[in-house]
Amino acid sequence: MMIDKGTLWFVIIALGIGSFGLRFVFTGLVGDREMPAWLLRHLRYTAVAILPALVTPQVLAPAATGGQFDPARFAAAAVALTVGIVTKNVLVAIISGGVTLYGLLWLLG
Amino acid sequence: MTITTTKSAFRKGMADAAPFVLVIIPFSSLFGILATEAGLSVFETLAFSVVVIAGAAQFTALQLMQEHAPTAIVLASALAVNLRMAMYSASLTPYIGAAPLWQRAFAAYLTVDQSYVCSMAQYEKQPDMTIQQRMAYFFGCVTPIVPLWYLFTLIGAMLGTQIPDSWALDFALPITFLAMIAPMFRTPAHVVAALVASAASLATASMPYSLGLIVAGMVGMMAGARTEVWLDRRSEGAA
Repeated sequence: MMIDKGTLWFVIIALGIGSFGLRFVFTGLVGDREMPAWLLRHLRYTAVAILPALVTPQVLAPAATGGQFDPARFAAAAVALTVGIVTKNVLVAIISGGVTLYGLLWLLG
Repeated sequence: MTITTTKSAFRKGMADAAPFVLVIIPFSSLFGILATEAGLSVFETLAFSVVVIAGAAQFTALQLMQEHAPTAIVLASALAVNLRMAMYSASLTPYIGAAPLWQRAFAAYLTVDQSYVCSMAQYEKQPDMTIQQRMAYFFGCVTPIVPLWYLFTLIGAMLGTQIPDSWALDFALPITFLAMIAPMFRTPAHVVAALVASAASLATASMPYSLGLIVAGMVGMMAGARTEVWLDRRSEGAA
């Protein structure tokens, strides 16, 4: 499980440089020059595509239960997403998901 | 309140961003806790938050490193999550592009969801602000936020290793991500992108080196972009 220290520092520094680059690329370098519309159109959907792709396998087959489907974790994920969509409030959604997870782990455990 | 001086711009920025403190404190504490749970030292955890200063990307990198994904995949995925920062940078440029380079460099480092959202709202509401006032407002916004991001990463890291496994913190990350995604569903195209990416992530789960994540993300992005084009054409046809 341990993360290799060399890898860790490489990731921290490379990610720091990369993240700064992403933030600086327009304000600092591109200025007012136009970007191609097709590129902007794809960039709009990066976060909303990558995050669900990261989460879905964890929700259906959590590492903590050895890849077995877990009703408590699945319900917690469903509640967090639903509350988030309804309230648009990230914090309330996290708390609702957490309460569901602990409630069900206690009930089913 | 209308901004009349540089100082009042700074103060208004601080006041407008103050409610975000309630989001920053739990997020940064959670990162501190999860990073130390994953075996990072307190110093490494704090360095992570100071150098990268991007919650979702930090969580993504942490999760993939724990799964021992190849470093290139860790970086590509975390930067993909952070691509929205380039979008922020692009839309801030017309407002602050005329500021001195060193100020723009600081503003770039300090471009986070909260400073972006606050500043854009203010710049659009009061278009006659001078460039100095705009920069003062931007730096005002980050003043209550970024120091707390560092501080509560540190506090979370110091608490982290004392938290037992029975707290099921493994699932704090998926719940946090889902909660962060939910408010992003602004249009049907965003929903399509998310659904297609989710389905693709299951279909590509067996791909080596966590490549499935990148493939699923790209498929989701293409689905979102195609849907946007299709919806635009349909509304033009209807008009």
